[in-house]
Amino acid sequence: MAATYENPTEYINHHLSFFTQPVGPGGFWTVNVDTLLTSAVIGVLTFGFLWLVTRKARAGVPSRTQAFVELAVDFVHEQVKSIYNGSSRMVAPIALTTFVLVLVMNAMDFLPIDVVATGLHAVGFDKYRFVPTADVNTTFALALSVFGLMIFYSIKVKGLGGWIHELFCAPFGSNPLLWPFNLLFNLVEYVSKPLSHSLRLFGNMYAGELIFLLIGMWAATGIVGTVFGAVLDLGWSIFHILIVALQAYIFMMLTVVYIAMAHEHH
Amino acid sequence: MNINLTMLMQAVGFGLFIWFTAKFIWPPLTRAVETRQKQIADGLAAGEQGRQSLASAEKRIAEMIAEARAKAGEIVATGEKFRSETMDQAKIDARAEGDRIIAAAKAEIQQEVARAKEQLRNQVADLAVAGASRILKREVVAKDHAELLAAIRSEL
Repeated sequence: MAATYENPTEYINHHLSFFTQPVGPGGFWTVNVDTLLTSAVIGVLTFGFLWLVTRKARAGVPSRTQAFVELAVDFVHEQVKSIYNGSSRMVAPIALTTFVLVLVMNAMDFLPIDVVATGLHAVGFDKYRFVPTADVNTTFALALSVFGLMIFYSIKVKGLGGWIHELFCAPFGSNPLLWPFNLLFNLVEYVSKPLSHSLRLFGNMYAGELIFLLIGMWAATGIVGTVFGAVLDLGWSIFHILIVALQAYIFMMLTVVYIAMAHEHH
Repeated sequence: MNINLTMLMQAVGFGLFIWFTAKFIWPPLTRAVETRQKQIADGLAAGEQGRQSLASAEKRIAEMIAEARAKAGEIVATGEKFRSETMDQAKIDARAEGDRIIAAAKAEIQQEVARAKEQLRNQVADLAVAGASRILKREVVAKDHAELLAAIRSEL
C-alpha cells in the first residue's frame, strides 16, 4: 500500500474522496476530475473501438469482433423494438449509448481498488475514484439527460399544448377540480423517475465499491486475513459481474421505457 | 454526494456520445446486419427454389425414362414382329424354291428317262436290224427299209 492509514475510517474515507478541482466560487463550481477523466477516457476508448469496428463492418461473413459488436447492437435493438413503437430513429442509438457507456463505467469496478490506487498514487493522484457511476454526478447527468429527452419527446409527439393538457388532465380526468391533483401526481412522477433512475445505479455501484473496501480491510489483519480477504474479494467480484451487467441493462431499459412512455397519449 | 459542475459536463459528454453513436456507429452496423439478413433470406429462398427445381427435374427425368422405356419396348416389339415376318417369308420362299428345284429335277429325270428310252429303243432297233440282217445274211439297206425300221422303232 502506497499510503498507510491510521484506522479503517481513514482508509475508507480516503478511497471515497474525489479528486476535486474548484473552478469558481461556491460548492457547485467544482469539477470531479477523476470522474470526468475516467469516463472521458473509457468512453472515447469504447466508442472509438465501436467506430473502428463499424468502419470495417461489412455485410458478408463478419469477423469475430464485428460479430461481437453486432451481438450487442442486435441485443439492444431487440429490446428497443419490443418496448418502443414510435417513429424516432434516435431511440435505439440512445439505448445503445446508454447501455455501453454505463456498462464500461460500471466495469471499472472490476479493477482491484487498492492496486489501482497505489499506481495512481505513484503518478501523483492522491485521491482518485475510478468508477464514474459511483459518482452521483454521473448518474444524475445520465438520468437528467434521459429526463430531458422524455420531456422533449413528450412535447414533440403531443405538442406543447397537448403536453400541458396532459399535465393537468391525466390521469384522473379533465374536471377543473381535479387539475391540482393531476398536476401533483404528474410532478411526483416526473421527479421520481430521474431520482430512482439515477440513485438505483449510483446506490448499486457505490455499495459495490464500499464492499470492496470493507473486504480490502482484511489485508490489515495479517497474512491469514489477507488470504481470506482475497477469497472474499474474488467471490464479490464474480457476483459483481452480474450487478455491473444487470445495472447497465436496467438503466438502458428504463431509459427506453421512459422515452416510450413519453410517446403515449392519455 | 455533492452535485457540482461535473454533472453538467457529464451530461454534455453523454450527449456527445449519443450523437457519435447515432451518427457513426448505429447506421452502418444496422445496415450491415440488415443487408446480411437480406442476403441470408435470399440465400434461403434460392436454396428452396433450387430444391423445388431439383424435384421438378427429377420428376421430368422419371417421365423421360418411362417414355424412353415405352419407346424401347415398342421398338423391340416392332423388331420382333419384323423378324418373325421376315422368317415366315423366308420359310415360304425357301419352300417355293425347294419345290421349284424338285420340279426341275423331276423334269430333268423325266427327260433323262425319255432320252434313255430313245437310245435304248434305237439300240434295240439297231440290234433287231443287225439280228435280222444276220438272219437274212444280207445287208439290210437302211434306206430301203426305212419305213419298216421306223415302224419297228415306234412299236418298241
